Amino acid sequence: MTTKPTLAAVDDAAPLTHHQLRELYTLMAVVRHLDTSAVAWQRQGIIPGYAPELGQEAAQVGSGYAVDRSRDFVFPTYRELGVARAMELDMVGYMSTHKATWHGGMYNPMESRFAPIQAVVAGSVLHAVGWAHGQTLSCPDGETGVAMTYFGDGASSQGDVHEAMNFAAVMKAPVVFFIQNNGWAISVPTERQVAGGSVAARAAGYGIPAVQVDGNDVVAVYEATRSAFAHCRNGNGPVVIEAMTYRRGPHSTADDPGRYRTLEEERLDAGEDPLARFKQRLLSDGVADEAFFAEAQRQAEEEVETIRAGIQDLGPRPGAEMFGLVFQEPTPALQSQATAWREESEHV
Amino acid sequence: MSETITAMPSTNTGAPGIQQLSMQQALNLALDEVLAENPKSLIFGEDCGRLGGVFRITDGLQAKHGEDRVFDTPLAESGILGMSVGLAMAGFHPIPEVQFDGFAYPAINQIICQIARMNYRSRGTVPMPITLRVPSFGGIRAPEHHGESLEALFAHVPGLKVVSPSNPHDAYHLLKYAATRPDPVIFMEPKSRYWQKGAVDTTSDDGRPTGARVAREGRHLTLVAWGAMVSRCLQVAELAAEDGIDVEVLDLRWLKPIDAEALARSVGKTRRAVVVHEAPLTSGLGAEVAQLITQQCFDTLKAPVERVTGFDVPYPSGDLEDEYIPNIDRILFGIQRVLEYRRG
Repeated sequence: MTTKPTLAAVDDAAPLTHHQLRELYTLMAVVRHLDTSAVAWQRQGIIPGYAPELGQEAAQVGSGYAVDRSRDFVFPTYRELGVARAMELDMVGYMSTHKATWHGGMYNPMESRFAPIQAVVAGSVLHAVGWAHGQTLSCPDGETGVAMTYFGDGASSQGDVHEAMNFAAVMKAPVVFFIQNNGWAISVPTERQVAGGSVAARAAGYGIPAVQVDGNDVVAVYEATRSAFAHCRNGNGPVVIEAMTYRRGPHSTADDPGRYRTLEEERLDAGEDPLARFKQRLLSDGVADEAFFAEAQRQAEEEVETIRAGIQDLGPRPGAEMFGLVFQEPTPALQSQATAWREESEHV
Repeated sequence: MSETITAMPSTNTGAPGIQQLSMQQALNLALDEVLAENPKSLIFGEDCGRLGGVFRITDGLQAKHGEDRVFDTPLAESGILGMSVGLAMAGFHPIPEVQFDGFAYPAINQIICQIARMNYRSRGTVPMPITLRVPSFGGIRAPEHHGESLEALFAHVPGLKVVSPSNPHDAYHLLKYAATRPDPVIFMEPKSRYWQKGAVDTTSDDGRPTGARVAREGRHLTLVAWGAMVSRCLQVAELAAEDGIDVEVLDLRWLKPIDAEALARSVGKTRRAVVVHEAPLTSGLGAEVAQLITQQCFDTLKAPVERVTGFDVPYPSGDLEDEYIPNIDRILFGIQRVLEYRRG
């Protein structure tokens, strides 16, 4: 007989200030505008491809906002634009992976506390466990840094997710497994992807407390993440958060959702737009007025315009980097290949 | 590439720092010293804590260095290697073990897509100082997947380095060296040699064993080998000497990077070469070695480079192992083919 694992009580659950609520909205607005702009940039030929996150702004901004960048570390996939922005990454560096400038992006992962963009689904879930165990080893008596790993309902089918949850639970590693259940793994709906009812339901099998949260409610996501971080930080082991949301657009700019769902289904299933919903809440609670939203939109457009210019200014990387960044200590064979390439390509 | 090391103690001279150790003991000693010298080094895997590993390579290390430094993981190779990535990102030097070579396959995604690429993906800001110990090759009549030759697979992956010792002295120095490098190293231990003793000079100046090693000097032909095949090639050389054939044996040690200069030096002198490996023939590392020799020694070669290898079959069970692994006769036939080669 086992009891359902529960989250430890959180003692710092002060409600968000009005300033913070407005900040969350501002972040969501810029993420929305950047995300939709990136799709347009792909159509315009500015970037070759992009994985949109329309509809996931609340899940991403709300969770990313809870990260303490002085001690925590985030392990993203390739669809964490909103988390990156909430963590104040260099967004030109982030978008450079979609510009095909460099796999993993051009930002510094160690300084930003945001691991390189990851194309293998569930590839970095185990990395989070290892990093988190490293915190346990480094500060056995104190409050530890927490690793947060992102993955989707589709990625939860990967065996590495099982291994990661099992390892984390056995080692009591301070990891937040943050699942964005957006309803679709490219063309396959969650009910054809996830057995057992939900990803969160699996956590009980590992003795990990889990919460399922409305992923379209940025405040609920933030509070759930903050609770999970406090739970981990106090030495209670990992937490699973499943944010229920909806990928409103295609999986990528190469995807055609019309082959697997109708626009009518999309409209009905997507629910209320997380940005519009938060705006209504801030208005009705008297936290913000129309002038604030207009200004947030203006700021978003200004920032995105700067990012567009930055991306367009990104030239191709010097070919020598192809050889120079494989190893910390290059091999003689690689060095001779680099020399041959230079002679044959640059005629020097 | 640093110089080829030709001198190594072959007997116990009684000199300080020289001990007669099995390879298992030499590896154990190296890990013990690595743990003592680098507080960020960690050893973990299946059964390597309290049991000391199924081959006892980590014997006694948990008791001496603590459960934080040497620990058992759940039974999941992808988990072990994936966790290594995160530990490396957190500033540690992981020295994970997969229990048997065939169990590296379930972790191949983490090895190839993650460990090998993280330095590149992150533009050099997230190095992967990971030393993956893999008990390797056959020769112990083990069950399926407990004897595999993965060197070509690993060596083909950009971002990985691969090394295999052939004797206790090299095992000690190569492991100590690998465990201080900032890049991922696959350390392939020839499990059939674990119990063979040899002189280990811990005080020798082999602190940077980066190249190949001339295991035996000779004039007529070079046998190129690594891991367990080195001692077999040395046996073959003794037998060939009875027929007046003076065979040089080059222990490659590093399978990536390969010491091309050492190949050129040796084969430039002997003008004939046979590569010997346990792995299957097709697309094996023997082809790479043969090409490096051909490229550098084409003008002086007296015969095409020969290969004596395993076959293009799954590693067979114990009863057929002796048919599969290059034996003395097959290597002698290889030598004969090269010596009797006539142009046209």
